[in-house]
Amino acid sequence: MKFGVVVFPGSNCDHDTYHVISKVIGQPVDFIWHRQSTLNDCDAVILPGGFSYGDYLRTGAIARFSPVMGAVKEFAGRGGLVLGICNGFQILCEAGLLPGALLRNANLKFICEHVNMRVETTDTPFTNRCQRGQVLSVPIAHGDGNYYCDAATLAELQRDNRIIFRYADANSHVTKEANPNGSLDNIAGICNRERNVLGLMPHPERASEMLLSSQDGRIVFFSLADTLAELAKAS
Amino acid sequence: MKAKIYVTLKPSVLDPQGKAIHHAVETIGYRGIADVRQGKYFEVTLDEALSTEEARAAVERMAHDVLANPVIEDYRVELDSESAS
Repeated sequence: MKFGVVVFPGSNCDHDTYHVISKVIGQPVDFIWHRQSTLNDCDAVILPGGFSYGDYLRTGAIARFSPVMGAVKEFAGRGGLVLGICNGFQILCEAGLLPGALLRNANLKFICEHVNMRVETTDTPFTNRCQRGQVLSVPIAHGDGNYYCDAATLAELQRDNRIIFRYADANSHVTKEANPNGSLDNIAGICNRERNVLGLMPHPERASEMLLSSQDGRIVFFSLADTLAELAKAS
Repeated sequence: MKAKIYVTLKPSVLDPQGKAIHHAVETIGYRGIADVRQGKYFEVTLDEALSTEEARAAVERMAHDVLANPVIEDYRVELDSESAS
């Protein structure tokens, strides 16, 4: 199995993500420069956090036209596993691989703090090692994380169990107070219809070692690695 | 030929920046301001070889695909050659 971490101009969590995959999860990983039009035969692709293209125009609006995004779309279209973290989530929404958009935080502040996110379903390649209702302490660091979509899309996300993470309190209650950015329905992460593309605003790669005060986030990468191992066994 | 593109948040989308500006102007003392919505404005200069129709088609496409995110925003295109005629 091999992971790929896409590097856009302005990505700044690419090395953190690379470090976690190689050193914590212990799996092979490649950087993929955004000018590339192929994914180096990777089995899972991660769009990392950062400020691609300086967030000019809108977050993710310019990155989604990078040559690599053609390959990412094609890869996702044939079932490839794609994880977008923070700016990666914003890019996936702009690219139309996930529905909705990330608006400016309701309080207009850039928020950099640990939050609790509740695992809403284990039925994804990214959460299959989790328990439903499990609370993960993972940091956020964004100015535009306020998830928005129209009412019909929200109803579809709820009905199809596609809201994967919600902001919650430490006791696993989804409350208004636990919502840091005004996100619709406390949404912290969603997946696509086929469940192979996930985007989330919190940074699991920044909470994968106790040195950084929480290792709750590593379960996302371990889930992904488990999924890839299963797929490799099956083929 | 020049095009002006106005990008605004859809009415259904909350605009916290507009709200903050509204609050600020009220605090400063401006009276009678019922609401403020913030948007984006672009000026695009087009190749003179394009006809008005071609220019409008190109700018409309660019506004839809790049300048605005149709999930959250509306846009309006004005061409100076159209307003002159």
